[in-house]
Amino acid sequence: MAPIVSIRNLTKSYATGFKALKGVDLDIEEGEILALLGPNGAGKTTMISIICGIVTPTSGTVTVGGHDIQQDFRRTRSIIGLVPQELTLDAFETVWNTVSFSRGLHGCKPDPALIERILKDLSLYDKKDTMLRHLSGGMRRRVLIAKALSYEPKVLFLDEPTAGVDVSLRKDMWQLVERLRANGVTIILTTHYIEEAEEIADRIGVINHGEILLVEEKQALMAKLGRKQMTVELAEPLAAIPDTLSPFGLTLSEEGARLVYEFNASGERTGISSLLAALSQAGLRVKDISTEQSSLEDIFVELVGEGK
Amino acid sequence: MNVEAIKSIYAFEMARTRRTLLQSVVSPVITTSLYFIVFGAAIGSRMQEVEGVSYGAFIAPGLIMLTLLNQCISNGSFGIYFPKFMGTIYEILSSPISMLEIVIGYVGAAATKGLIVGTIILITASFFVDITIKHPVMMVLFFVLTAVTFSLFGFMIGIWAKDFEQLNLFPMLIVPPLVFLGGSFYSIDMLPPFWQAVSHFNPVLYLVSGFRWSFYEIADVNPIVSLVTVLGFLVVCLSITAWIFKTGYKLKN
Repeated sequence: MAPIVSIRNLTKSYATGFKALKGVDLDIEEGEILALLGPNGAGKTTMISIICGIVTPTSGTVTVGGHDIQQDFRRTRSIIGLVPQELTLDAFETVWNTVSFSRGLHGCKPDPALIERILKDLSLYDKKDTMLRHLSGGMRRRVLIAKALSYEPKVLFLDEPTAGVDVSLRKDMWQLVERLRANGVTIILTTHYIEEAEEIADRIGVINHGEILLVEEKQALMAKLGRKQMTVELAEPLAAIPDTLSPFGLTLSEEGARLVYEFNASGERTGISSLLAALSQAGLRVKDISTEQSSLEDIFVELVGEGK
Repeated sequence: MNVEAIKSIYAFEMARTRRTLLQSVVSPVITTSLYFIVFGAAIGSRMQEVEGVSYGAFIAPGLIMLTLLNQCISNGSFGIYFPKFMGTIYEILSSPISMLEIVIGYVGAAATKGLIVGTIILITASFFVDITIKHPVMMVLFFVLTAVTFSLFGFMIGIWAKDFEQLNLFPMLIVPPLVFLGGSFYSIDMLPPFWQAVSHFNPVLYLVSGFRWSFYEIADVNPIVSLVTVLGFLVVCLSITAWIFKTGYKLKN
């Protein structure tokens, strides 16, 4: 199946000479949840803004649903929803009016029943006649989501949807993303929170300095880059690592009670059996063994660090 | 054509007008009534007729134009400047709408509001002075064309303006001298020849003169020339707007 969003050699340079995007290629499959991770200023928002039509690209092409975003902007923009990072809302409009306004802008006839359902889903219905300036930050975030859903987009961009949002609302938001995915909506979210990507994304893209460093299935990424650590707790502390154990590259904890072994979990031979054999040969008594997998966060820090 | 989007923008802008009824409708009416009391009743009663028309009646078309220009420029500019300032412009830019549709929505609403205020002032004026409209069709044509042209001009200012200072530059500093020196309160025949010649470089002269002609058949310049001038300015504004949207000037960069 053709990707729903296809980005080819996309660049954006500003008059100041700053290159926000340096030749990005990316395919997004229909129905998936893609998380874009990257530090501030990595180019995440610029990329999204170009796809949505807010920023003009310097070069490159983007198609959405098979249509070019510039030549066929009516087609592409009517299936794209955008929830921006900043809480940009009119101060003096009511919740109901601003959500209906978004629907109209996208060329859809008024549908009060749909707007009502969206507002109820987002627990905003009792605030429908409230002026936007009287809403809290979390509610404004939900209003922005309601606006983006008001015309039932097929591709939804969530730019830092949970920045500054409390834990319970963040969980609600994740559930909403799940529901949307169940309805076939493709979701692209940018985030700072690695756990968010780890929790809900199918694929993860890492972007830094205007370049995509990698895009991988979440599981594959974790397996590929995930280093595992095995910690062996000894019954009696050691003063130094015995020579027979030197091939394993172990590190000894300060008090000498723990040996730490690093291995690649996806490698053919982890070396665990031979290590355990070597330990017993050396006459060391093992009290406990635990293993730990590096998180996406470690992977991310490693990648972004390399990119510098 | 995305008709729903045009309707939405238009309705949104008109709703803003309703929310600010006091400042957008009541205040221009009070200001203009003051002009009529001072220039029409108090001073005008001691002045000679101008080309067979009482002074109060003579200045009425000019006063309507003054208000119309100011209203249209400020509405047109504010309508697009405010979303830019608030950041809500992202929604307009990411919607499936063309430049033409955005302009119809915003400029249509600004012009409508200008025309409403202009009409109210015309009615107000008729309470103070005798108003006759000899060429109603031409009067409406000048009225509507001016409203649309200057709303579009305001729209451009709204896109260009970096801050509120620049936004207010035209309605506060540029339009009043042009209107006052454009024969709103006098016939340029009353000026010395040098200033008469200078006045011909003032575009507002053509508007006021053409508009006044449609009321009383008196004019400083040929009404056809007036009409062509307004149309020419409209074409210039349309071309600049088209360029703005084509290049994304100050909107998409």
